[in-house]
Amino acid sequence: MNPYGITLTLLAFYAFSELHRRKRAFYTNPVLLSIALIAALLRVFGVSYDYYMDSARILSFLLGPAVVALAIPVYKGRETIRAYWREITAGIVFGGLTAILSAYYIAEALGGSEEVLLSISPKSVTTAIAVGVSEKIGGIPALTAVLVILTGIMGNALGPELLGAVRVKDRVARGLAMGVTSHGLGTARIILEDEIAGGISGLAMALNGVFTSFVLPYLLELLK
Amino acid sequence: MTPYRGLAIIFGFYAAGELLSSALDLPIPGSVLGMLLLLGALLSGGVKLEWVDREGELLVKNMSVMFVPPGVGIVTYLALLKSEALPIFGALILSFLVTLITTAKVVETIRRGRG
Repeated sequence: MNPYGITLTLLAFYAFSELHRRKRAFYTNPVLLSIALIAALLRVFGVSYDYYMDSARILSFLLGPAVVALAIPVYKGRETIRAYWREITAGIVFGGLTAILSAYYIAEALGGSEEVLLSISPKSVTTAIAVGVSEKIGGIPALTAVLVILTGIMGNALGPELLGAVRVKDRVARGLAMGVTSHGLGTARIILEDEIAGGISGLAMALNGVFTSFVLPYLLELLK
Repeated sequence: MTPYRGLAIIFGFYAAGELLSSALDLPIPGSVLGMLLLLGALLSGGVKLEWVDREGELLVKNMSVMFVPPGVGIVTYLALLKSEALPIFGALILSFLVTLITTAKVVETIRRGRG
């Protein structure tokens, strides 16, 4: 195993986090900038993605236990969740279906191929789930992973600002919208602002993942 | 306090979730099942919050960096992203905006309705 992939990832993320701390803006988003820099370096120096992933996959492996650990903010927010179960159910069902149907129909209207439609339909759920779903429905799992992350980056970089722009101040609404739309990356951002909203976002992400993985295969049968 | 108890519990629930997912051939990934199992254990008191609190926080608050390596995978799909740029990016951006705003507004409306 070569150590360069993980080292480069940590260095890039550290440098861009420092930049983001000094200049808070969506275009200094550390995830977006790290991906752009590393992708550009691989292209320029002709290094394969597999060579990079050799050690970088240590970091992405930690997504598994990190998703498990989301049980903790959910547990801490259990009183809020108990009080707002109606809102949470409505947010998951409505938001989950909106995410799938809008992605599918907009891509179709803009002339997307079938493999793109299938790969894009699970893009609002967390990477691990989306990739599994994409595989089951006949999409391209690696393309789905990239689309999921791009969706997450939009939420991570712009979500709270957009919710502010449409004057949504309620923490239940903010947490649900972030988790349903932008999965873990949305949760990672909102949890830094508000632990309760972050817990709701984490729960929304998990429930939307479960909901989407059950509903999407059957929904696509109807859409096709 | 060493972090090993907390990490062993969190990784243990991850492993249990993976086992359950593959044994029952479920469409739900092991990490999500592990999360639901750990939540159940916390609610039932089988696992105490202080056993996993610090280690869990370390993982959860540093999730962003874990998305970088799969995101770099974009280099393997540049040709497709280019040839279908309009449907892909059009759907990605519009669907993101529609989903974020309508979900937030629907939830907010229900909350207001309940006073």
